[in-house]
Amino acid sequence: MKITIGKLIILLALVALALPVSTSLASGDVKEIHFIIPGGAGGGWDGTARGVGKALLDSGLLKQTSFENMSGGGGGKALNHLISTAKRQQGTLLVNSTPIIIRSLTGVFPQSFRDLTPIASVIADYAALVVKKDSKYQTLDQIMDDFKKDPRSVKIGGGSVKGGMDHLVPAMIIKGAGGDPLKLVYIPYDAGGKAMAGLLSGDTQILSTGFGEALGLANQGEVRILAITSDERLAMAPDVPTVKESGIDVTFANWRGFFGAPGLPEAKAQAYRDLLKKMYDTPEWEEIRSKRGWQNLYQPGAEFTTFLENQEKAIGSMMRELGFIK
Amino acid sequence: MWDGMFSGMLTGISTTLIPMNIAMVLFGCFMGSLIGMLPGLGPITAVALMIPVTYGLDPATGMVLLAGVYYGAIFGGSTSSILINAPGEAATVATALDGYPLARQGYPGKALAIAAYASFSGGTISVIMLMVFAPILASVATSFQSADYFALMILGLTAVSAFAGRGGVLKALLMVVLGLMLATVGTDQTSGVQRFTFGSLELLDGIEFLLLAMATFALTEALSIILKRDASSDSLDPKLIGFKSLKVTKKEFKQIGPTIGRSSLLGFFIGVLPGAGATLGSFMAYGMERNLASPEEQKKFGKGSLRGLAAPEAGNNAASSGSFVPLLCLGIPGSGTTAVMLGALIAYGIEPGPRMLTASPEVFWGLIMSMYLGNVFLLILNLPLIPYFARLLAIPRNFMVPMILFFSLMGVYLITFNDFDILMMVIFCIAAMALRLMNFPMAPLLLGFILGGLMEDNLRRALLIYDESLSFMWERPLTLGINLTTLFILLFPLLRSFLARRKSGGDSDDREVAA
Repeated sequence: MKITIGKLIILLALVALALPVSTSLASGDVKEIHFIIPGGAGGGWDGTARGVGKALLDSGLLKQTSFENMSGGGGGKALNHLISTAKRQQGTLLVNSTPIIIRSLTGVFPQSFRDLTPIASVIADYAALVVKKDSKYQTLDQIMDDFKKDPRSVKIGGGSVKGGMDHLVPAMIIKGAGGDPLKLVYIPYDAGGKAMAGLLSGDTQILSTGFGEALGLANQGEVRILAITSDERLAMAPDVPTVKESGIDVTFANWRGFFGAPGLPEAKAQAYRDLLKKMYDTPEWEEIRSKRGWQNLYQPGAEFTTFLENQEKAIGSMMRELGFIK
Repeated sequence: MWDGMFSGMLTGISTTLIPMNIAMVLFGCFMGSLIGMLPGLGPITAVALMIPVTYGLDPATGMVLLAGVYYGAIFGGSTSSILINAPGEAATVATALDGYPLARQGYPGKALAIAAYASFSGGTISVIMLMVFAPILASVATSFQSADYFALMILGLTAVSAFAGRGGVLKALLMVVLGLMLATVGTDQTSGVQRFTFGSLELLDGIEFLLLAMATFALTEALSIILKRDASSDSLDPKLIGFKSLKVTKKEFKQIGPTIGRSSLLGFFIGVLPGAGATLGSFMAYGMERNLASPEEQKKFGKGSLRGLAAPEAGNNAASSGSFVPLLCLGIPGSGTTAVMLGALIAYGIEPGPRMLTASPEVFWGLIMSMYLGNVFLLILNLPLIPYFARLLAIPRNFMVPMILFFSLMGVYLITFNDFDILMMVIFCIAAMALRLMNFPMAPLLLGFILGGLMEDNLRRALLIYDESLSFMWERPLTLGINLTTLFILLFPLLRSFLARRKSGGDSDDREVAA
């Protein structure tokens, strides 16, 4: 029986680790934050929330942080939870990213970012088109020329489902270059890593993925990044041209940011925004950010809302054209 | 290349032998096997729980700890599979098939000991392969295309006859089909359309494999202990399960020796492929072993065969070491657990990839050498404890049943933190209970489920790539090779009985072929 009691103690400890720590309602000055993560441990949302939380805690900007993983329904479960318990969630921030826009457009969940209080975007990863080191393609223009000649000769792989982010970005680029995005053959993989393996094995010739995900192998000379969807070239990769440089007017940022419960008092929301702003100047944040290859993208409040509306418009029109929404 | 390897190994040994790192290997293995033993808690939970501990450690030390937790959890995972038919994670489902019957027959100590020896050998053989061939194996990992994965999944399905159990082949096939059907629930990757979600948010991401495994194995087991009031389900006499039953005879070692060797090699190669993983490794090792066994021995599979226990245990441990090849050499995670570990590597500022060998040799080689040490630790740590674990079966069933139920439900909940999963488990459990009472075997359901998703995705990808033509099935040499192997395995029993009939002139083998 000794062992069973031991097991029980461990399990209770595990449960205690997982349980959310209650947060108090401090107005104005933020001392602690409870983060809700709509996905499981180890994912992108998880990394962002825990990274931000760690930077805030280590730099002394916050006294306490707690985290709650709540996966299900492609993030819809957590969204629903935050909205339905809004009154007691004043100390809570929900981490999210571009998929919230895509999924509310396709009707995966009925809510959208408008049902929450946008706090700020924090970081971004730009999309990139990647080829193997020995690929015949040297520039984005060559791909577009081939596509216009024979769309079936250009197959693009990616780590999201059809109609997901990795599909929409090349579709937008093709449209911007004057091609027909409906003719694009998109090869879906169930994760970015598997899609990268597909590129390396010669399954696909071109990969649409996050810039951060491709950077590691690009630095080691295994793959080449042909174009990035940022506005200007990035300081950490000055040799990678932007899509805009090819005369295609497409930019795309897969942002990650935070939302508060609906009806959050403006003063409280502003306190969160100020807190996050302060974080950027701390060495603790810089260390975490540079290690993970994140790009800072701080857009507070109204600026964030405008950005989200624009992104929703761009993604929405692309999805309509591809027939994913009516 | 060999010079580099030896200096690398020396770096690795000197990294591993730092007292701090030895302590971390020990701590990681201990925590891993402890968490892994709990039903429902597997390596992904164990590694995720340990990540906060690794903050602030030196990168090599941190990775040594995480790796220890990972293979420790796989090592420990067999314990709950064998003792209470509750696999802690997907890769140990196949272990329960023969391990649990063996334990129920009064040999829990022997079953655990064989699992420990098989795990140790599988782990050690694969670490040696990792050490010698890691850089070359990276190219194996990137030689498999969607077409080849599809062929590999078909090959995997041929293992189904191995899981037929009592109900016979027809029932096994029906369960495979059910498994394939369940695999289609969720968002369809290739078209982005939702299938069989009934408009529910909760089913959008499909059904979790571990959830299905726990519901069909552990929960139904707990319920049938209640239903069956005969002695076979009662708790065992504590006196019967002492140190003696732990002994594995020389003859038995000879019997499982070749099994372990074969299964380790197969498991390792499956593990190297980023699109396969340890679960497939264990299932395929089991299937291969049964296909190779003589007709008389085949009958023992599923009823406590030693070979049937050793094969998946060697296979899943070898596969988990194999999955370090794509992780370290390419930065590509093949499973959820290695994805979490990739996150940890990146957080340390280490870029996994072909250059990791030269850029951070102390992490690369330190990790590999520590895995060798870790396997020895695990064996030393676990063998003396087996008699105590085995006593778990002496717990009266009125305590045992609620414990199984509690740990199984909790284990699944702790992965996703989604209460709907618990409801889904209960529903699956009721359905599985009904099927079980009608003698439908559960293992083919799980095999169909795990292969179904992979099979469909890879087939549809291959069709897109080859412009909707099936020509890849014979045009790609690798795909063709796998297909021919499948064909050979399917025809092998026929061939064998044909030869046997020519020899004896009788038709006594017909029944075996059908079974």
